[in-house]
Amino acid sequence: MTVTDTPDLECTAVCKDFGQVRAVDNVSFQIPKGSFFSILGPSGCGKTTLMRMIAGFEDPSSGDIEIKGKSVLNTPPNKRNVKMVFQHLALFPMMNVYENIAYGLRCVGTDKATIDQKVKDVLERIALPDVGNREVHQLSGGQKQRIAIARCMVLDPDVLLLDEPLGALDLKLREAMKIELKLLQHQFNTTFIYITHDQSEALVMSDHVAIMNEGRFEQIGRPEELYHAPKTAFVAGFVGDSNRWSGKVSAVEGGKAKVTTDAGLQMLCQKRDGSDLSAGQSVNIYVRPEFISAKRADTGAAGDLNAIRGKVDSVLFNGANSRVLVRGPSGELIEADVVVTGSDSDLRAGDDVALSWSDQQTMCFAT
Amino acid sequence: MQSDIKRLSLILLFAPFALWIFLLIALPHIGMVILSLREKVAPRVYEFGFGNYIDFIQEPIYWNTLLRTGSMSILVTFLALLIGFPIAYYIAKIAGNRSKGALFLLCLIPLWVSDLIRAFGWILLLRETGVASSFLLWTGAINEPIEFLYNDVTVVVGLVYTVILFMIVPLVSTLDGMDDAMVEAGYNLGGSGFTVLRRIIIPYAMPGIVSGCIVVFMLTAGSYLTPILLGGKNSSWFTEQIYDQFITRFNWESGAAFGFLLLAFTSLVVWLGLKLTGQTLANTVAKS
Repeated sequence: MTVTDTPDLECTAVCKDFGQVRAVDNVSFQIPKGSFFSILGPSGCGKTTLMRMIAGFEDPSSGDIEIKGKSVLNTPPNKRNVKMVFQHLALFPMMNVYENIAYGLRCVGTDKATIDQKVKDVLERIALPDVGNREVHQLSGGQKQRIAIARCMVLDPDVLLLDEPLGALDLKLREAMKIELKLLQHQFNTTFIYITHDQSEALVMSDHVAIMNEGRFEQIGRPEELYHAPKTAFVAGFVGDSNRWSGKVSAVEGGKAKVTTDAGLQMLCQKRDGSDLSAGQSVNIYVRPEFISAKRADTGAAGDLNAIRGKVDSVLFNGANSRVLVRGPSGELIEADVVVTGSDSDLRAGDDVALSWSDQQTMCFAT
Repeated sequence: MQSDIKRLSLILLFAPFALWIFLLIALPHIGMVILSLREKVAPRVYEFGFGNYIDFIQEPIYWNTLLRTGSMSILVTFLALLIGFPIAYYIAKIAGNRSKGALFLLCLIPLWVSDLIRAFGWILLLRETGVASSFLLWTGAINEPIEFLYNDVTVVVGLVYTVILFMIVPLVSTLDGMDDAMVEAGYNLGGSGFTVLRRIIIPYAMPGIVSGCIVVFMLTAGSYLTPILLGGKNSSWFTEQIYDQFITRFNWESGAAFGFLLLAFTSLVVWLGLKLTGQTLANTVAKS
């Protein structure tokens, strides 16, 4: 590996134990320079612990953390060039905006003229040029967010950690900040590591996402990879919505597995690379709602598709993301995306429907 | 109708407070002001005048005592802050949730014993035949019993012990409200332990520090038992002067004037302290 492609951050077999509990279990990953990397997982999965280890607030029980190719295990947090945006931002309320941003520069002994210049520059880059003299409590939620980022970016860090910083904002602002964060990351061209339990934040903003569960990384990949080609059942269930059936493999032939669900439905699914399914194995099947087409029963379904007949239980109208809940033959509710046009052809509660989807979109995981 | 009821309930709720302020604070002080402004010209003949205050200025022992009381109170306040801050920080930030309550309770225990008993406790420890002296004799560190009582050091130690609780309580409640992330952010942005303390923790704790200091200073300057019992005749505490005027000399006019001078002096010191640290009562004491 040459010097130029040294990853900004590399973790090797990092573990962290709290007493008997293993919070982070053998996590290894690399983050190339200038990318937006998210760690996505349910609360309590160890993502915050992992981030605190990168920042230096916790020491790993074993394993190594390297920043720009140098191990930082023995570097105290104030000497690491890793800055962090805290969950509740932790802006200093007794200082004004200027002082908040200048704090880090003062700590490294920058002279006054340079501090002035740098603070001014960074405020311009986050498009808040005139707030220097304001007090922190006079800022709006979104402005505070940007000041917290500016306070870190002014120090030119190798890696910026963000710990669910959008959690405290209301929905509308959160949507806007998602896009803004992505733009800021492009602008600063610094590696961002974003911790969240909100998958839409992770999917929208990230170049790469790691899915974390019970202290382990389940899968690392581009957002669309995680969504369309999950490697584990957890990822399939956690990322995006899906309908789930459990069943048993009844036969495997020609790269396809025939599965009989517990309720007796027959489904065909394409075997994915690296998965080995054999007859008799119990499996979970995941199918995303947008791949299920719901048509009125009289139109009929194509032959090689998985097909179920059912009755529309209710229509969940949500503009472009509208859905129908269909009561299947064994009483389960199946979600399917539909286009609601407002015309007579729309599905209504009580209609008989035929659901169908291709075997390619049927994700099957051994349990 | 509705507004009448509202007004009535407001008056009823406010009445005890107003009575308390008027009867127990305002009225006695007005009486004291009038008393202090009376000059004795002949037996049972009084005239209005500032004689009692002029006496105070003309007699160095009086204002020396007041200055001494003031400076020692400032020293006590400073020591209480110095010792109390780490304790408060430990209770509020470092101790676990369960031990936090226990530690706080431990701090409160001395309050269950009266001032007088606590002072006698110190006397038992520090007098010539007391525990400390006997122990040193027994170990052979000294050959003759030592009297630890009746000097300034003992008075300061005893006062710090008595008032430190009033420093710890507001500090704990202020520090308790500080998000741990703030300290972590201080380190994360490159601050050393000292920088974080000076630029983040202390400014954040300022309301607690100021209100603790004011309470402790006022309590110390106005205390009577501890300096008298631990300092004896050498303590020259100003409250002792006031007591002398009222009780020993039966000179109520002069005692009232001294009382007012103490109040004015301590208020002045508090005001100066607030000015010097750039704080106001509104954003410190009112907040903590």
